[in-house]
Amino acid sequence: MTCRLLALAALAFATSASAETIAIVDARLMTMTAAGEIERGTIVIRDGRIAAIGADVAVPAGARVIDGRGGTVTPGFIQADSTLGAVEVSQVPTSADRATHSAAISAGFDISLGLNPDSILLPVARLAGITHAVTTPLYDDRGGRDLQFAGQAAVIDLAQRPDMVTRPRAAMVLEMGEGGAERAGGARGSAIVALRATLADVRHFAANRVAYDRGEGRPQRLSHVDLEALIPVAEGRMPLIVKVDRASDIREMIALAREEKLHLILDGAEEGWRVANDIAAAQLPVILDPLADLPRSFSELGASMENAARLHAAGVTIILKTGSGVAHRARELRYGAGNAVAWGLPYGAAVAAITVNPARVFGVADRVGSLERGRAADLVLWNGDPLEPLSQPQAVFVEGLEKALTARPLELRDRYLPSAR
Amino acid sequence: MGSVSKFLRGSGMRVLAAALSLASGVAAEQNDARGEAFPSTYRPAAAPPLAIVGATILTGTGVEIPDATLLISNGVIEAVGAELAVPEGYVRIDGRGKWVTPGIIDAHSHLGVYPSPATPSHEDGNEAVAPNTADVWAEHSVWPQDPKFRLARAGGVTTLMILPGSANLFGGRSVTLKNVPAVTTQGMKFPHAPYGLKMACGENPKRVYGSKGRSPATRMGNVAGYRKAWIDAADYARKRDKWEKTGKAGDPPKRDLQLETLAGVLKGEILVQNHCYRADEMAVMIDIAREFGFSIRTFHHANEAFKIAPLLAKEDICVATWANSWGAKMESLDGIEETAPMIHAAGGCAIIHSDDGLLIQRLGQETGVAMTAANHAGLSISRGEAIKWITANPAKAMGIADRVGTLEPGKMADVVLWSGNPFSVYALADRVWIDGVPMWDRADPRYQAPSDFLLGQPGQDFAR
Repeated sequence: MTCRLLALAALAFATSASAETIAIVDARLMTMTAAGEIERGTIVIRDGRIAAIGADVAVPAGARVIDGRGGTVTPGFIQADSTLGAVEVSQVPTSADRATHSAAISAGFDISLGLNPDSILLPVARLAGITHAVTTPLYDDRGGRDLQFAGQAAVIDLAQRPDMVTRPRAAMVLEMGEGGAERAGGARGSAIVALRATLADVRHFAANRVAYDRGEGRPQRLSHVDLEALIPVAEGRMPLIVKVDRASDIREMIALAREEKLHLILDGAEEGWRVANDIAAAQLPVILDPLADLPRSFSELGASMENAARLHAAGVTIILKTGSGVAHRARELRYGAGNAVAWGLPYGAAVAAITVNPARVFGVADRVGSLERGRAADLVLWNGDPLEPLSQPQAVFVEGLEKALTARPLELRDRYLPSAR
Repeated sequence: MGSVSKFLRGSGMRVLAAALSLASGVAAEQNDARGEAFPSTYRPAAAPPLAIVGATILTGTGVEIPDATLLISNGVIEAVGAELAVPEGYVRIDGRGKWVTPGIIDAHSHLGVYPSPATPSHEDGNEAVAPNTADVWAEHSVWPQDPKFRLARAGGVTTLMILPGSANLFGGRSVTLKNVPAVTTQGMKFPHAPYGLKMACGENPKRVYGSKGRSPATRMGNVAGYRKAWIDAADYARKRDKWEKTGKAGDPPKRDLQLETLAGVLKGEILVQNHCYRADEMAVMIDIAREFGFSIRTFHHANEAFKIAPLLAKEDICVATWANSWGAKMESLDGIEETAPMIHAAGGCAIIHSDDGLLIQRLGQETGVAMTAANHAGLSISRGEAIKWITANPAKAMGIADRVGTLEPGKMADVVLWSGNPFSVYALADRVWIDGVPMWDRADPRYQAPSDFLLGQPGQDFAR
């Protein structure tokens, strides 16, 4: 009952960056900054911004005090490789805007346009402490495995406000390895040639825009919309998320990135641990699912629960995710991070891999991913270990907005819970 | 074959011919729903008696005993409790700081029938060519070298029910396996476990067959398909019964694999395992069972079971579900974390299942999610009760509760020693015993052998 009353009370100050002062006191603070971990401290939030944070911070008069004893405050978590905001029911295509099968718009597909801040999935993910997601295009292969690029990912917030895009066009998405081979006619060699050819096309297009606009450019495999979208990729200004798993595919991509001067982010990398030193030397960040230990294909025979720990130990910046294109099951992000800890990843590295690491890699570290004075409050108070299923959030702030701890599944639950309990 | 060769040794040709005819007749009659066909060849090895001392033990009967001792001898549970003396000659295992549970039982798995690597060469879980394939048996699709069996073992899973997929109204028979390494499926079969019949409600059958331009294309088509099949099954069972009751005079009615399985359900020998998400559809299935005089043992997935928890408890139908899975399709949109706890709170049989090669490795955590969410909502569910959702209750759903699922004396010694609280993300199965025989040891490579498929493959130089 207490929890329900609290949830109702929370509704009263649901979504406004209220002009009030809030103090979370006596909590462990994982700042994810140089300040490190504060064993027992206070955060003062004034008008949605962190006004003070530390072990010896006084609670201002009149502040609403949230008791954090026994709890932990973390930055809001960031769900990488997600489709949050772009899907309601996975198998109802009209409810989803996460993929395109238009041959004329592959790289050009911009998922940041047409997102849905009213999605019922967003509050569910918030209950797992997720305040941001990297909403990432999937491939729609209904018309065949033809598209080279899936499109452009965006960083979004889960505050459910009209402007939910934190950073549009944050990265381009490309599948290589065995999936890329299928897209290029069935062989890896073909996919790599196709990618090099595309990059050459893009550079030629960028250097001869006027001619192309006059209809005098050379013939291109991709549409002008796609070529346009790829210019920042070819110039190394936009990260290219490359989905690869096999160790040899990772090595190929490292070499290609060096030669083509691309800014790569590896995604999947289930055999990444086998080439961890190469990845570290190339300074490529890796997005990975810490639970992916199945030899699901011939590209993932070396999949291991220790992938995260070994990559981290080699000095690779890792970002943890839940499956691929996760939306409904986003709640599992923190459990996956906990499992990575069980398999050898240091605890702080696991929390960094769902906060400050994705914030940095996707260019939003000035706003989210760490707790710093002056920032809009983007944080979660947990009643225990944030990575444990046995803990729950007690307060969630998304970029300064305190959000009610409710969601449609909880409303359904309460409708059917016997009253005599 | 045994009886045939016996006659062979002692008889001349004429007798032999008669004997062969008799033997094959007997065999044909025996190889029906009773489970004698493809018999289990699993025999646990002999193992010395052992004592796990000082662990927190969840017995699967609702009890949590701190600082307890578990005694295992002759492959069965001998005793469990605090302050038990360890008899002489027992291997003593230090359980201090660790937890012990019954072996985890997964009531819904496709290991072996949808193996890794996922290639059409051996993805054999859905005979999706006709809406009624009650004649197929999952055990004939199981690839025992699926590397996922070992991963599940490392997650503490000792028994699992392998089901056909949900493309069909009647998908075929399930098989219950002990999670032991074996070259043959018979070498994994849980001895004398009853068969299950996989049935499926809702979107999958109507989508698969509707898209082929045939029935069922709608939910009402689904229901017509079930009822027609049960009418045929009742007719078949009546003719067989009549033949048996009239002294087996004349030729027996010809066996029909499909109807034999359905008749086995009508006789109560085969347990209905019904994939069904929506509350209203479950209620329809209950009425169909009533109409034809059988019972449904378990609704699987059952995301909406919480809406009819009292009905399911009254009907004594188990609910095998998840905590986190919802929203993939319309029929699962209303999934909540607290489904299993709400069934439990209504007095029903709640189960957390996997249906997945990743989740099967951490069913304890999924149970922890459900338990925590429920307690947060004001229910009061102890760890001792919650562990039943992945031990005693799936054993009941699979018809093997007399042999596994709890740590009661006399039960098969399927036991997991966990590094910590088994509902925690940090808990790993340190050791696993099946019938008292060590089958997994996180610290000992001898118990971590990869399947034949992974042997010599790249990237195997570290344990998973």
